[in-house]
Amino acid sequence: MAHPSETGTPSTAPPTGRGALARGEARLAWGLLAPTIAIVAAVVILPLLAIFWISVKPVKLSDLRAPELVLREDLRGLDAPGDAGIWRFRLRNSSPDRALRGVSFSDTVPPGLTLSAVPEPCALEGATLTCAFGEVEGGWRERIEIPATAAAAFDPDLDPDDVPARITAQASSVLTDATFTLDNFARIFDGEEFWSVLYATIFYTVFGTVGAIVMGLFAALLLDKSFKGQGILRGLYLFPYVAPVIAVAFAWIILFDPFSGSANALLIQMGVTSEAINFFGERPLALIMVTVFEIWRYFPLSFLFILARMQSIDSDMYEAADMDGASPFQQFAWLSLPQLLGILSVLFLLRFIWTFNKFDDIFLLTGGNAGTRTLTVNVYEQAFAISNIGAGAAVAVVIFGCLLLFSAFFFRFISQEEGL
Amino acid sequence: MTIRSGLVTGALLGAAWMVTLSVTVAVALSFATGGAFRPSILLSVLWGAVAGAGLVARPGREALGAVGAAVLVLCLTPLGPMRAGPEVGWLASGLGAAILALSFAVAKRPTLTDLVPGENDRHAFEAAVIRFLTGFGYIFFTAIVAIPFWVMLVTSTKNRAELVSNPLDLSVDLSKGTELFRSYVELFADFNFGTYLVNSAFISVVTVLVTLAFAIPGAYAVARLRFRGRAAFSRSILLIYMVPMIVLALPIYITFSVTGLRNSMIGILLIYPVTTIPVALYMLQGYFRGLPAEVEEAGLMDGLNRLQVIWKITLPLSLPALASVSLYVFMIAWNEFLLAFMLLDDPSKFTLTRGIASLNSSEIPRQHLMAGSVIATVPIMALFLGLEKFMTKGLAAGSVKG
Repeated sequence: MAHPSETGTPSTAPPTGRGALARGEARLAWGLLAPTIAIVAAVVILPLLAIFWISVKPVKLSDLRAPELVLREDLRGLDAPGDAGIWRFRLRNSSPDRALRGVSFSDTVPPGLTLSAVPEPCALEGATLTCAFGEVEGGWRERIEIPATAAAAFDPDLDPDDVPARITAQASSVLTDATFTLDNFARIFDGEEFWSVLYATIFYTVFGTVGAIVMGLFAALLLDKSFKGQGILRGLYLFPYVAPVIAVAFAWIILFDPFSGSANALLIQMGVTSEAINFFGERPLALIMVTVFEIWRYFPLSFLFILARMQSIDSDMYEAADMDGASPFQQFAWLSLPQLLGILSVLFLLRFIWTFNKFDDIFLLTGGNAGTRTLTVNVYEQAFAISNIGAGAAVAVVIFGCLLLFSAFFFRFISQEEGL
Repeated sequence: MTIRSGLVTGALLGAAWMVTLSVTVAVALSFATGGAFRPSILLSVLWGAVAGAGLVARPGREALGAVGAAVLVLCLTPLGPMRAGPEVGWLASGLGAAILALSFAVAKRPTLTDLVPGENDRHAFEAAVIRFLTGFGYIFFTAIVAIPFWVMLVTSTKNRAELVSNPLDLSVDLSKGTELFRSYVELFADFNFGTYLVNSAFISVVTVLVTLAFAIPGAYAVARLRFRGRAAFSRSILLIYMVPMIVLALPIYITFSVTGLRNSMIGILLIYPVTTIPVALYMLQGYFRGLPAEVEEAGLMDGLNRLQVIWKITLPLSLPALASVSLYVFMIAWNEFLLAFMLLDDPSKFTLTRGIASLNSSEIPRQHLMAGSVIATVPIMALFLGLEKFMTKGLAAGSVKG
């Protein structure tokens, strides 16, 4: 199709600019991508920005509930027309430590009630009573009592809450105000704890990744030949990966229970150990166990990837190698492994990042106790167990930083290795 | 005599096989009967080596029979590779000995074929080693995968007394009849598991639909259309795919708490698809790229516009990919735990995984916990095994997250 800008000016050079067709195509592409970009931005990019913001704020879990103005009103000593009593308001700030701004309320004077004197800071305008308090401290309480006389039109059964008072108050939220702190970071980088968390993370990530890939390679070598029942075995071997993590994690906990677990009973009666082992409760065994669980749960994934690559290797090569007298191990080392190196390294990087990100497994198995607290578990621990959301966010920022580092490495690598 | 000498190879592989099999048979029988079967590693090595060397020296049916008989007899004496505990009846111990003898004979013969008593070449030696490793691998992987699943299944059918009395006993007492399913009945009757099941299914299906609605156009654009920033875009999809959920969960929790979306299905349905769209987009664009562009161009020539081309040509051609993506997204949504755990408090809105988490308390018996786990596992496993071909392809194609 002719390039529109070229019409009328014939040229031998190929078109270089962007024509209407290309622009239309690009417009359509962005149109098709727009919903995805919008929703991903809302649920991924915004929270990521929020994490950075929260990590420098002194936010506690209790701060998430905004302070409120609580108001109760009642009528006292006004039981019949002619009585003189009081119209009473009790107000308080629901938060013990955070201020409310612009506190005020207004209410309609009940019919038949005459107010004699209106105290500070209230004012009567027609049948509307308005009281304004301005800014009040945390834990503030106030009582307003207005002397009143009931006229003949007064209904003694009247409940003043029938016409509720209109209250206004603005809460200053720690999340949005201008207080910043670096305490969160100081706190998480402080002391022994950080090093033990870092150690657990590195141990878990490195051994979990390498273990899952080695086991996956072994399983793939087993299933790389066709025989009867191969499909069933393949399906069975995928079970750890496909089953819900919460189901298999609890199955492991019950299997390795120190009191009534089958694994301990087996080890004891085989004479391997004389007393029950607390697999998920002792250092350093707990860390080894969660790593073993990770390997167990994710070897199927590695095995699927490796098997897919293996089956695309040309079998002629092996026949030629056979002719030349290469032994099975030599064929594996000099033919299969070099062919698999690409997928193995991509797999290593991907699994490394995902193992680093793993939260559910350790959280369910040990709750981060007994030396198994990794960085991701630490986010939860800080934010919800210690109720310090700011510190949790600071850990999340550290995780995100590591992640950027890994990804930079990953993309540099994957551009050479267009395996995936 | 080197390691490749037939007698040495035979002895080594014999020892390795005997250790593997005596441990396997002992574990299997202990779990099946609840009785104590104890493998002896030292004696296994000794007898396995003798039998292995013997079988290389004298291949043939008679020798194999003799070895089998010897193992059988040895097992009934205290010197055997596997001993039954004193409380195990003679029938069970005899059966155990027979199984071990038979499996050793069956495994040993093919492993050692082609080996000659003298020096072997690399080929024969390595082939024999590989045959052992293959057999060992099948036993090992089947055991590690099957045992936790079996524990889950069996624990759910027991009652508290049975669980405490003999933790080793993993047999199913079929004489109990329908009593076996008591935990399941109680979960559905008293613990609302019917509601959780429906909730999980509903949320998973909606997640699949929403994900596809977003990912199909996006994947098509990335795969087929040329626009500036295409490469950068497909990379940022992968990057987003690598952001850990726990990092996002914290601000999402805060936002939902403040806006009142916490503890609502809508909140969950807002989040789940977003966690799966990048995966689905990535998997689909890989597939779309592999489709022949000529068919689509023919459609364009015939006067269809792009959207019609997608609807009438591309989608029908990619049904297998759509099936595997749907299954995979369904699996993610069905198995999701962290967000459901953090965001749902109201039992009437629980998903299955959240429901199971609520069973994890000291007041609720563990057979309930395991029955809940089985209820969550069986549908996804059944779906997966039924559509295994799609699933394995999809998993392998999509550089899948976990």
